[in-house]
Amino acid sequence: MTENILILSILAMGGLGVAFSLFLAIADRKLSVKEDPRVEAAMRILPGINCGACGLPSCHVFAERVVEGGVPVSGCLAGGEEVATGLAELLGVKVEKQERLIAVVLCKGGHAESLYTAEYYGEKTCEAAHITGGGKACIYGCLGYGDCVRACKFDAMAMNDNGLPVVFYDACIGCGKCAEACPRNIIEMHPESHKLFVYCKNRDKGAVARKVCKVACVACTLCVKDCDVEGGIEIIDNLAVVNYDKCKSSEAATKRCPTKCIFNDIERLNTKEAFYASQRKEAV
Amino acid sequence: MEVILVFLSAAIVNNFVLTYFLGICPFVGVSKKVDTALNMGMATTFVMTMTAAVTWLIYHFIILRYNLPFLEYVAFIITIASLVQFVEMFIRKASPALFRTLGIFLPLITTNCAILGLALFAVLREYDFVESIFFGLGAGAGFTLALVIMAGIREELELADVPPALRGAPITLLVAGLLALSFMGFAGLLSV
Repeated sequence: MTENILILSILAMGGLGVAFSLFLAIADRKLSVKEDPRVEAAMRILPGINCGACGLPSCHVFAERVVEGGVPVSGCLAGGEEVATGLAELLGVKVEKQERLIAVVLCKGGHAESLYTAEYYGEKTCEAAHITGGGKACIYGCLGYGDCVRACKFDAMAMNDNGLPVVFYDACIGCGKCAEACPRNIIEMHPESHKLFVYCKNRDKGAVARKVCKVACVACTLCVKDCDVEGGIEIIDNLAVVNYDKCKSSEAATKRCPTKCIFNDIERLNTKEAFYASQRKEAV
Repeated sequence: MEVILVFLSAAIVNNFVLTYFLGICPFVGVSKKVDTALNMGMATTFVMTMTAAVTWLIYHFIILRYNLPFLEYVAFIITIASLVQFVEMFIRKASPALFRTLGIFLPLITTNCAILGLALFAVLREYDFVESIFFGLGAGAGFTLALVIMAGIREELELADVPPALRGAPITLLVAGLLALSFMGFAGLLSV
């Protein structure tokens, strides 16, 4: 009897095993998917954090496209040069050099500089605050709820004590996620060669702008006159705008600004270490 | 009529996730987005229905017939594993994006206790073949329901002002508990 059960159970399990393996073998034939092995190899080179900086939804999609040749090997901003060279080696193509982009926050009106005309009690995101206008009187300036900092996947941004976001020059890879997240489009992506920036977006008349913020551009045209290159800065809608085709850097233009809202080459000073060191100092 | 009761009982009154606390792993793991939760629910429903049918056949035509009750678990588990393997191949072919979203949770359906639980319950309650299938369907529908409700709540939670100490896992577990509590309201309505 015992032997009987032994044989029966071996037969039963063996039979089931064979039946299921047959079923799976057939299914595997019918449903097999062909995948380019280079996609897997590309995946191993890519950072795999699905940051979206390349404009594609995930690293896997990027890997597929890059193998097809749809996107350049230097398309992965998070990976930078290392990944680009790796992919180029894998696919047998050449790396095309691209200039590094940096996010620039074009507003200096923090808590200390801005006039507050309301108290905002809503959800603590810029996106929501933008609908009602937030608390600050300036409707062009930074709302200060840090949507951009949350959008940054590279730990390259932080809010300072003054309620303004700071981009760390050494950590920013130029993915543009923060610029996308900002409902007021204060953050812009600029190549490294751009040094001269007007840190204001206020397009109201000078008197109005000055009333709501101590560091607003009042369109006095001093920078336009002082700029090294003729036409390097223009006044558009009561706001000084740098024309980067003509002028990328000018120390002279920044000297006489009455509200101190134009600077030349200060982004470089914002490094992660310097930022946290200064925050600690102020805390003490 | 009986089959509808079996279906409703498994889907709502005796919901596998919220009443029996089976299959908690994917319930917490794949409930961040309604889309993904729905797809995971569908995959699990398919596996559950097929499992209910196949295990019924195995139980009645092999295990009972040759009096091998000790093989019950082993036979059920290889059935489930094979079906999950099949679903995995199918999803990989049909939707590579979904395949990557579900990730590890797809093969993990194999070890999802809700499915083994379903096969064992069906045997225990002596359902016939059709009832078994409806039991599987109902259990799958209930699983999907729980997952989608949970995902819906968690999507809303993203925007809520949760106290820092509760952010992440704690609030998820709290919500799961409250959800289970609310499903207790159905308790005792059906006893199939």
